[in-house]
Amino acid sequence: MKIAVCVKRVPDTETRIKVGADGASIDEAGVKFILNPFDEFAVEEALQRREKAGAGEVVIVTLGSDAAAETIRTALAMGADRGVLLKAERIPPDGLAIAQALAAELRGGGYDLILFGKVAVDDYNHQVGTMTAELLGLPCVTAAVKLEIADGSVTAEREVEGGLEVVGCALPAVITCDKGLNTPRYPALKGIMAAKKKPIETRAAALGPVRMSVKSLGLPPDRKEGRIVGEGPDAVSELVRLLRQEAKVL
Amino acid sequence: MASRFEGVDFYDISSLLSEEERAVRDTVRQWVDDKLLPVINEAYIAGRFPKQLIPEMAELGFYGANLPEEYGCAGLNNVAYGLIMQELERGDSGVRSFASVQGALVMYPIYAFGSEEQKKHWLPKLASGELIGCFGLTEPDYGSNPAGMITTAKETSAGWVLNGAKMWITNGSMADVAIVWAKTGALDDVKSIRGFVVPTKTPGFSAKDQKGKLSLRASDTSELVLQNVEVGKDALLPKSGGIKAPLMCLTQARYGISWGALGAAMGCYAEALAYAKQRVMFRKPIAGFQLQQARLAEMLTEITKGQLLCLHLGRLKDLGTMRPQQVSLAKRNNVNVACEVAREARRLLGANGILVEYSAMRHMANLESVYTYEGTHDMHTLILGEDVTGMAAFE
Amino acid sequence: MARILAVCETKNGALRKVSREAVAAARALAAAMGASVDAIVLGAGTPETAGLGEAGADRVLVASHDSFDRYAPDGYAATIAAQAKDGYAAVVLAATASGKDLGPRLAVQLDAPLAMDVTALAVEGGKVVATRPVYAGKAIQQVVLDGPPALVAIRPNTFAPVAAGKAGVVQSVAAQTGTVRVRVKELKAAEQGALDVGEASIVVSGGRGMKGPEHFHLIEELAKAFGNAAVGASRAVVDAGWRPHGEQVGQTGKTVSPQLYIAVGISGAIQHLAGMRTAKVIVAINKDRDAPIFKVADYGIVGDAFEILPLLAEAIRKARAG
Repeated sequence: MKIAVCVKRVPDTETRIKVGADGASIDEAGVKFILNPFDEFAVEEALQRREKAGAGEVVIVTLGSDAAAETIRTALAMGADRGVLLKAERIPPDGLAIAQALAAELRGGGYDLILFGKVAVDDYNHQVGTMTAELLGLPCVTAAVKLEIADGSVTAEREVEGGLEVVGCALPAVITCDKGLNTPRYPALKGIMAAKKKPIETRAAALGPVRMSVKSLGLPPDRKEGRIVGEGPDAVSELVRLLRQEAKVL
Repeated sequence: MASRFEGVDFYDISSLLSEEERAVRDTVRQWVDDKLLPVINEAYIAGRFPKQLIPEMAELGFYGANLPEEYGCAGLNNVAYGLIMQELERGDSGVRSFASVQGALVMYPIYAFGSEEQKKHWLPKLASGELIGCFGLTEPDYGSNPAGMITTAKETSAGWVLNGAKMWITNGSMADVAIVWAKTGALDDVKSIRGFVVPTKTPGFSAKDQKGKLSLRASDTSELVLQNVEVGKDALLPKSGGIKAPLMCLTQARYGISWGALGAAMGCYAEALAYAKQRVMFRKPIAGFQLQQARLAEMLTEITKGQLLCLHLGRLKDLGTMRPQQVSLAKRNNVNVACEVAREARRLLGANGILVEYSAMRHMANLESVYTYEGTHDMHTLILGEDVTGMAAFE
Repeated sequence: MARILAVCETKNGALRKVSREAVAAARALAAAMGASVDAIVLGAGTPETAGLGEAGADRVLVASHDSFDRYAPDGYAATIAAQAKDGYAAVVLAATASGKDLGPRLAVQLDAPLAMDVTALAVEGGKVVATRPVYAGKAIQQVVLDGPPALVAIRPNTFAPVAAGKAGVVQSVAAQTGTVRVRVKELKAAEQGALDVGEASIVVSGGRGMKGPEHFHLIEELAKAFGNAAVGASRAVVDAGWRPHGEQVGQTGKTVSPQLYIAVGISGAIQHLAGMRTAKVIVAINKDRDAPIFKVADYGIVGDAFEILPLLAEAIRKARAG
């Protein structure tokens, strides 16, 4: 089974965000970068599918600067076979421009499955995977929490308000992965060593036209300071009074 | 207190590590947060080693990580190995002790002093966690003076017969195989010490858990008794001879411990700092009071010094120029630092600091064992003294 | 005159509340641009359109097809794209589960930029400027979209429906099935009537302080006492298997903006705060006075949840009845 997994290098979720000098991006000094957590589900799914099929290849694709090679290597350490770095000094805020670069790379690659994480935890744009599928003319299941593949067809489940939606499509397909799909493996220490020897090709990213620009990045307004209303059961009536009269949410 | 450990890196030592070394450190760090910490308090209080973690640790390649890939090991360099010990001990000294014994005291002697058949037979199974090992050197009356051991190995036509007792043996009761050091000649003939690979099921071999420990509780510490234990000729580690071989094993373990102890210190410091920032007293977080800041500054300083110490030691080891006395300096310093950091952290935590919910007191108690084992603090003092003056002052 | 298209959502033939929110957002853009608002509703048979004029739609476009009884990704995208490609300055949809699937498809078919999870809208120099949280709500970003059309998917529960009293003239438009590549086969409904945590205006969330799944009935009862509240959960209890992932609030769960968020037995880790810090009012109930959640809560009670929850539920029931 030939599987491509598109991944992104993002700041660690514990990072304290500081706005950079340009007022439009974060200050990267001291920031630790990791493989996007939702992409871990995608990498794990690819590895499990290749293992189930008994044979195949898992290719990691990312769009980013040279630093993104480290992110590819994290996925290689988990067990993927090789990587492709589509080089772009700055990642545009326009998901469609990125999807076009990815589609150009993936088209004609003969992939049975193309996996993404459903969303990147830096920009929360929630769009590149589905856009890439649409550009490639491939079926796409967004935010899958369960995936079954049999006889060239896919049955997947995704969370919607009020329950789970069951969807079906044929292979080849694009799936964006959500938490709950699987439990990503830790890269074994042997895997970390082996990753050094796996090939990563670098080429220029063929970005599409960029039609979104960041006007500003700022910190959210601080919430007004709250207070402890009281202790134990005795505080209940005071809380209800405040919710009704002061906060007016009751 | 379930937030993730972010490390303590005041001097950006991360930038001195390779990408692989960082990746190794981060994998173990995350595993400790996800898998070890949730079970350690219960294991520590119950006084048992969390055995259920053994297969996962093996699968990730934690055992004998700096031994070659051809024997099923990860083939990492010594800095990466040290980082594994650092992160494991940030979790618990008892769990790190398991990995130290398995890797440095069981797999290493087989690798360094064993025949090719022995290496091929034992190493992959120890790397995979299928077999657990222990290291029998210390005896009830011979701790700091291992050369005085009275366990004997008499040669027979079929092999060897071993008799004696060992004490304070980590993994002793769980082990499938024991590396036992015994005198093949007269009791005053130190050169006659040889190493033997003894399957613990061999008749005459018994192990007993040493109860009543108030330190290293999440670890199996046992006495071994060998009564006419018969082993074949293939049990002998052919390249062993004299006290040098077991001491070389100890050097390996002590190297790992110099990193490990700092891991415990880093964990205690990070916990104390986080606590101080959110614990309010007299209307402000205690982090704002001078005495607590002094504690934190002192801890951070000693940790930072210790980190640079063991990093460079690791580079020397990878270069092949490391001397055992250099390891003594690092083990002695870093374990002492860790003991003090843990104690100060415990005090900063106030009353909360006596609860198992906070790691400081568990680390504090554990580190007393780490101070004493693998060469007591005082022994390493004398090793350094002898090295720089040329005069031995042990007796 | 420019036009703004608001994409509505239906469930079992009835309009979902987010539809009026999308229309309200479209209305705001329209006011800034001097544009009119068309709402578009897709469904099988005769989908509901009532109230959309009231909510601010000048026209209501209806596309009906048998396969549209539930969200049909390819058909919905093709139908809406066919309408939207002429003369619309912007297309507004809700960033619901369907919206997050539909929006990117529309962006490709319309070759247009898409801003997701938008919490505020403005028009500057004729271009749509969208405000959206990023880095798990730790920062706020403003993006300028170079349309037309500009696609924006608004965060549910953020743009309040308005009473704009427009004509809402209903007009039939062609349904396109598109090339059907993905079929929605069925909907496995969650517990009868359970309100989604992302949609409810009141959320009662439980964390590890609830000590076990068997105690969550106290959370459920408090939610019921409010009448229209959803049950939420912290990551710890979801990972422990006590509650389903759909209830998780936080960085790897859902981001919610309810009117009232009650955090019970939740310490307040950054990842959880990321998911609920934009709630209008936050109440925290926790045994630990030093828990970080009290720093973001407007009102806090320090105490035992097991004692407080039943009393609070009773007090809420009384307050709503009286």
